Amino acid sequence: MQKRLVLDHLQIDIILRRFCYQLIETHDDFENTVFLGLQPRGTLLLDKIVTLLEQIFGKKVPSGYLDATFHRDDFRRRDFPLKANETKIDFLVEGKKVVLIDDVLYKGRSVRAAMDAMIAFGRPLKVELMVLVDRRLTRDYPIMPDYCGVKVNTLDSQYVVVEWKEQGNTADAIWITEKGKS
Amino acid sequence: MSQLSTRHLLGIKELTEEDIRLVLDTAANFKEVINRPIKKVPSLRDITIANIFFENSTRTRLSFELAEKRLSADVVNFSSSTSSVKKGETLVDTVNNILAMKVDMVVMRHSSPGAPHFLSQNVPANVVNAGDGTHEHPTQALLDAFSMQEKLGDLTGKKIAIIGDILHSRVALSNIFCLQKLGAEVRVCGPTTLIPKYIESLGVKVELDLHKILNWCDVANVLRIQLERQQIKYFPSLREYSLYYGITKKMLDGLNKEIVVMHPGPINRGVELSSDAADSSHSIILEQVENGVAVRMAVLYLLAGVKG
Repeated sequence: MQKRLVLDHLQIDIILRRFCYQLIETHDDFENTVFLGLQPRGTLLLDKIVTLLEQIFGKKVPSGYLDATFHRDDFRRRDFPLKANETKIDFLVEGKKVVLIDDVLYKGRSVRAAMDAMIAFGRPLKVELMVLVDRRLTRDYPIMPDYCGVKVNTLDSQYVVVEWKEQGNTADAIWITEKGKS
Repeated sequence: MSQLSTRHLLGIKELTEEDIRLVLDTAANFKEVINRPIKKVPSLRDITIANIFFENSTRTRLSFELAEKRLSADVVNFSSSTSSVKKGETLVDTVNNILAMKVDMVVMRHSSPGAPHFLSQNVPANVVNAGDGTHEHPTQALLDAFSMQEKLGDLTGKKIAIIGDILHSRVALSNIFCLQKLGAEVRVCGPTTLIPKYIESLGVKVELDLHKILNWCDVANVLRIQLERQQIKYFPSLREYSLYYGITKKMLDGLNKEIVVMHPGPINRGVELSSDAADSSHSIILEQVENGVAVRMAVLYLLAGVKG
């Protein structure tokens, strides 16, 4: 089994803190900022950022979960349709600075679909993208992150697996594995 | 990742419990979508759907059309009263002509039981049954189950009463199949003349006393007296029916528990349901209508995703 560690829990913790300080630098008092975590795996990262930012900055930034399943461009091209997840946004993004948060940026198609889904909640002033891992050689769309944890060179035959302690794993960690192997 | 076990929705009888739960879960996502400021998603933008109605309908047809438009599908409407059916064209010819215009899905209501099954064997499109005579009305049963689940949570062990004209009702049959597959206990209530002879073979009990069944149930799904399908007299008068089987608000307030009152519409106010009962806090009739759009979106979306 080929499995390579990309980031361990200490490195992930450093990155999350860096994200918070970068956000403070660019968003001042967060008066006009909202965070959207992309379902299914960006929501855990979102929750961590919101909590950590509250500890550091003393302010809870409005946040929500965004599911883009119905906006994907590969519907009816897959063998099985994707099952939708909950969208939970109790505010409008009209005139807001939106930070989209996801764990891994791969082809860019999920982010494109997410931007499409987001427009249903209004016209944002500005949209930024935060990802923990950028698989920089596999992009299909011209999408780049504004906040990036780590850039990795991967092949289509590989997976990037993000493990969180909250999901029953021994510690937070990010791995690269080969498809078809566990 | 999951998909339906069938590429047509012909009846609830053909669905598995997993299919039903998948539709209800997906409908919950679509209910959130239709409550957004922009209620439209692009999922079916490459799909054309024909709504073919050989029988009158307001609610179901509007609901399907809205669901299709919210999914960005192209929609063509067809009504038998203004078509070549009047000139003697057969069902398969009519539908094949429509399909020749590159239609991917057909939503059909027909007065003959089994018409959608026949169609599904003769045309390549996905077929959705929007009511076939006195046989089945699957999307109504799914939206009823969705509305009950929203109100009561999981339906396992819940007591559901279907009250009224069971004999002529496609809603009753689809409801029985659907609710039983979800683990609920179903009983029917109405005058003996409006209860099908062998209904107990479906595993439902018959109760003739309205007061007893209201005291037993968690949900009362009240059905319309379908006078248009009754060729003979099944009861002496509407007034007498209403006296024995009409539900009033006073009756509901007198029960020692809260029950949910549902009706698939259109209501004969003052016959099976009094106006104050239909408009009371017990009633979720308008929620049913809203949920109808979400459930039909889920059905169309999931059928479009089935390969092969």
